[in-house]
Amino acid sequence: MIVYTLFVVSLIVFAITQILPADAAVMMLGENATPEALDALRQTMGLDAPIWQQYFSWAWHVVQGDLGTSLRTGQPVGPAMFEALGRSLLLAFFSIGLMLVLAIPLGIIAAIRRGKIADMVVSLVSYAGVALPEFVTATIAVLVFADWMKWLPPTGYVPLTENFVDGIAHLVLPVCVISIILIAHVSRMVRSELVDVLHTDYIRAARLKGISRGQVLRRHALRNALLPTITIVALDVGYLLGGVIVVEEIFAIPGIGRQLIVAIQARDLPAIQAGVLIMAATYSIVNFIADILYAWLDKRIQYD
Amino acid sequence: MTDFLKRLLKTPQGAIGIFLVVLVLLVVLFGPLLAPYDPEKLSPLARYKGPSLMYWLGTDQYGRDIFSRLLIGARATVVMAVLATIAGTLIGALIGTASAFLGGRADELIMRTIDAVMSIPSLLFALLVVNLLGSSTVNALVAVAIAFAPGMARITRSVALSVRKQDYVNAAIARGESSGYIIRREMLPNVIAPIIVEMTIRVSFAVMLFATLSFLGLGAQPPAAEWGLMVSEARRYMHLSAGILIWPSVAIAIVAVGFNLLGDGLRDALNPRT
Repeated sequence: MIVYTLFVVSLIVFAITQILPADAAVMMLGENATPEALDALRQTMGLDAPIWQQYFSWAWHVVQGDLGTSLRTGQPVGPAMFEALGRSLLLAFFSIGLMLVLAIPLGIIAAIRRGKIADMVVSLVSYAGVALPEFVTATIAVLVFADWMKWLPPTGYVPLTENFVDGIAHLVLPVCVISIILIAHVSRMVRSELVDVLHTDYIRAARLKGISRGQVLRRHALRNALLPTITIVALDVGYLLGGVIVVEEIFAIPGIGRQLIVAIQARDLPAIQAGVLIMAATYSIVNFIADILYAWLDKRIQYD
Repeated sequence: MTDFLKRLLKTPQGAIGIFLVVLVLLVVLFGPLLAPYDPEKLSPLARYKGPSLMYWLGTDQYGRDIFSRLLIGARATVVMAVLATIAGTLIGALIGTASAFLGGRADELIMRTIDAVMSIPSLLFALLVVNLLGSSTVNALVAVAIAFAPGMARITRSVALSVRKQDYVNAAIARGESSGYIIRREMLPNVIAPIIVEMTIRVSFAVMLFATLSFLGLGAQPPAAEWGLMVSEARRYMHLSAGILIWPSVAIAIVAVGFNLLGDGLRDALNPRT
């Protein structure tokens, strides 16, 4: 499944970068290069070969772990992209953590107090959460918490290994901005799943047996209601990776999203290809793990 | 129809959603007529003004009236988002229905491919397409439509498949109705409802995607009054006047919340069981 996904993504990426009006040879030698020099470079780079041949030669290198050389920096793309991916994953990891800590309790409270004030407050918060795109919340957050309050640094990235406290301080705003939409979405999903489960016959049976509400919730309802959350969170990783692009751009975090924006703006074809491929691979792997985890936790599902 | 409207208005989501969406549509239709100033007229002497009787929402870094710019920018932002969502839905519905109809191997191949396409985040997909076609509003529309199609295909297919299994469809088959009748009278009405709900909610995502593309410099270009672009331009001057940043943000939020609420309201109204 992952292999097929990567195959399709590589085809799409290759197709898009082929149609892009950018000539790799012109980019490397500059606008003033002689036609002879351009032809010679095209020949050494294999750019004069038929497109399918170029695709297979590129794909063969990728399979061997060689993602190509950046047209912009002249350095191998792979190491730079994976280093950037590490920083993005750190951001994603904290965001998902914060989201789980907040979204699941909020969803549970809203479901238990369905129709009461707590439920309305949670759904109000979740509507507000999905109302603003990341670049707006990020900009407002910088204005309020960095410019006005001066609590946190506005932009930049400090490796945690270099200065832990400073590094965390630089991560607080980006992490909060990314998790807002996720919290809104996941808390709503948890609420609706739990509301459905609380109306099933086995919950009623358990209550009629004389088990207390708290016990029923912990032992019966939550287990079934929280399982689908795994899938939802995994699917949201796609959204998260998109959000990372914007947030890294605004907070000047040298992650994979920022690398991709730079690559797209510079029409650095090998870097674009590598970046998109790595993002798609991350998403597929996360979803694959989620499927396995789901099957492992839910004995009713057999994975073949 | 009136019965349906009554049900829609009875839920708080539906009522507020309808109110906000109608408000937005009125602004889209009549905004340019209502705008008190020319949205691109520069007034160097009236920069960074706060809200006043003369400028209701104040002025921006070039002394342009923010209220007028918002009223006129509604068309660029909202109309494009709605069109892109409709286009993406049509493409997706076509693929999804075809996949459900073909079934078997073809269905599996199509769905696996759709899954693969969906592993590219839609924002990244839109960025690539816009970069490919060149940054302009129309290209952004194409990009958002293409980015939405796989998700809609998935939803259409799953809805079509589940409807196909319903007892009332089997009953119609048992009654000896023609396939045309079953598809038209039994399946379509039940397939369309969830798609309309999903489409309504997606308009708010489209608004955000458009605004984000403009923000990254790949959608509408200055001096257009597109809301995302307004936020983007405001970033450099927000220390001088927060209003330049806040008002377009509020406008984006109103549209997003409106369509979200309307979608939820429609879901409840179309599905009386829950």
